[in-house]
Parts: sequence; C-alpha cells; structure tokens
Amino acid sequence: MTTASRLPDPYGQSGGSANLADILERVLDKGVVIAGDIRINLLDIELLTIKLRLIVASVDKAREMGIDWWEDDPSLSTGARRREVDRRQSDLTRENEQLQARIAELEAGQGTRGRRKEKASDE
Amino acid sequence: MNELRYVYAVCRPFEAALQADLVGVGGAPLKQLEHGGLVAVLSRVPEADFGYEPLRAHLEDLDWLTATARAHQAVIAALTTVTCPLPLRLGTVFRDDSGVRTMLEDEGDQLRELLARIDGCVEWGVKVYAEPEAQQAPSEPAAAGQAASGRDYLRMRRTRQQGADRLWARADSFAQELHTDLTARAAATRLHRPQNPELSRATGRNILNGAYLVGRSQSEEFVECVERTKDQEPGLRVELTGPWAAYSFSDPNGDEEEAW
Repeated sequence: MTTASRLPDPYGQSGGSANLADILERVLDKGVVIAGDIRINLLDIELLTIKLRLIVASVDKAREMGIDWWEDDPSLSTGARRREVDRRQSDLTRENEQLQARIAELEAGQGTRGRRKEKASDE
Repeated sequence: MNELRYVYAVCRPFEAALQADLVGVGGAPLKQLEHGGLVAVLSRVPEADFGYEPLRAHLEDLDWLTATARAHQAVIAALTTVTCPLPLRLGTVFRDDSGVRTMLEDEGDQLRELLARIDGCVEWGVKVYAEPEAQQAPSEPAAAGQAASGRDYLRMRRTRQQGADRLWARADSFAQELHTDLTARAAATRLHRPQNPELSRATGRNILNGAYLVGRSQSEEFVECVERTKDQEPGLRVELTGPWAAYSFSDPNGDEEEAW
C-alpha cells in the first residue's frame, strides 16, 4: 500500500497558493476527460482552454499572435539588431535623398538666375 | 434546490481518513461512492451553478474559474496524501449518484488501466527560466552611464547581444540535458508548453516546462537531483513544483510527448 509518508515536503505550493498557471494548466487541460451528464466538459472547456492560452501563450503562440516584444529588444534578439541596422540605413537613405533634393533645388535656382542673366544680357 | 454531483477523482478504495475540514467546490462536504472496486470522490453542487447554461456562463468568468480550479486542486491534493487519485478534468458533473455509478461501470476498464499506470507515483513539475537581465547586471556597470563615443556605444551593444545569444544557447542545452537526466529517473514524462509570465507572474523566459511521473519512494532522490542543478548555471533558474497527483499522465494515449 502506498502512503505519503516518504514524500518530500511540497514545493512551489506553500500555503496552498500554488502558481495559478500551474493549477489551471493541470486542472483545465490535463486530467481524465469523462463525459458527465452535463455535457459541457469536452468541447466548451477546450474552447475555454484556447482562450486561456491567449493568456498562457507559449513563445511560438505569442509570436503567431504578433506578441513579440522581446524581438524588439536589441539585447534579446538578433532580429531586433537587424531591424536596428535597417532603420539606421533607411535614416541615412532618407537623409541622402533630402540632401540630393536640396542640391537639385539649389542648382535649379542657380539655373533660373543664370537664364535671367542671359536674358538680361540679350536686351 | 436541485443538486448535482461534481466528481473530482476516481481512486481505488482507500482506508486512510481524509482531513476532517476538507470541503469541495462551494464548501460542500466530500463523499465517496464505491462501485465495482472503484471509488468516485464527489460533492454536491447546486444546479443553479453547474447546470448546462450556468456552467457555460461561469466558465467564461476567470475569477469563478480560478476559485473553482483551486477548490478542485485542493481536493486532489488532499487525496494525494492518502492514495494515488486519478484526477478528472474540472467540471465533470452528473445528475445523481446513479449517473456516477453508470460512469464507473461504463468507463471501469479504462479507469482501472489508468490507475494501474500511475499507481505508487506522483507528478513533479520542473521548469527552467532564462533571465538575461539578472545575468548581465553585474558585468555591465558602464551600461547605466552614457557611452563615451558612438564606437563605445556600438561595442557595448554588441557585447550585450553576444551575451544574450550565449545565454539562449546555454539555456537550451542545459534544459535538454536536465530533461534527459530527469527522464531517466521518471516512469514517464510529458513536456508542456512554456508558460507566459502574465499568468505565472514568474520572471524570466520559460525554456522548459516538464512533468515527470516518479515513484513515491524515488521522489526524494528526484527532488535532490533537481535541487543540485539549481545554482549550477548563472542566468538560469530551475523551479520545482509538486508533488502533484498524476494530472499530466491521465490521457489514455500512452506516452506520446506533447510538443514544446
């Protein structure tokens, strides 16, 4: 006959306040599924479990759902570093474009003045 | 008021007494119903809460669900101290005692098989978390101040990034090694999805979330083995929970492991 006498003291559930995620993970998602007389068990709890998964989402699930804060933290992710480089590059590209536009503008200004001068000398 | 039967677990008949003050969902006293060499542990619950429509509505309510889940787990935990219960999923409800008897009759073979599989065992949960911040804090006193130059700034960033990359690689191989080691000491193993810190309120990123079915007499050794790994790796945290009833080993489909 098995007894509890040899079991080590409980871990992680002192005072019956075990981590809610640990409890829900087991009570809702594990345990034998038996169709009771109130036939809500299987399908509806499965639906609820999916809803809870939105809270207890795994990393992959979170990524699928677009929750990816760690990917935007350069200290956690190479993807974020790559985006950081991309961002700097696009900043430079934009600056470059702005400078070129400014030059073109200045050149165009000189051009008109030049033509005006030519006009003036023609008269 | 009409009352239904909420069944928590099925066990083999046991002689030890349960705690006198132990109650079930809604504070109702626990009862045992024996049939065909199996015992269903149940309590009466109001139809107003556990009938089809109200139960459906309650299940959408996270506060109600939390209270019910804790009550369910409290009964299972108490049973685990005196026997090896087969936990049923939350919300397994029958009209009356004869409905419970019919269930024990119809499902008897499967229940006996599952009970044999978990006999003499408990479940331990082992999680590994990676904590990049905790690991970096001491090695980066300069991070708090301003970088002296753009080059310094980039060098600091690179160092931090390399540290994080190394941590993930180390976390991965540590978790796999620990899992292999613990699997060798367990009768069966299940891998659960990593938990999100929003609900677990744990810090760090959950890398491993494993459940291990371990004989009661081997449990002390198993716990010591986990304890030994606890301060082994900086930046990695090992967390042990249990002993649980064999929740994770109540699926009839054998030893197929869940995806990470």
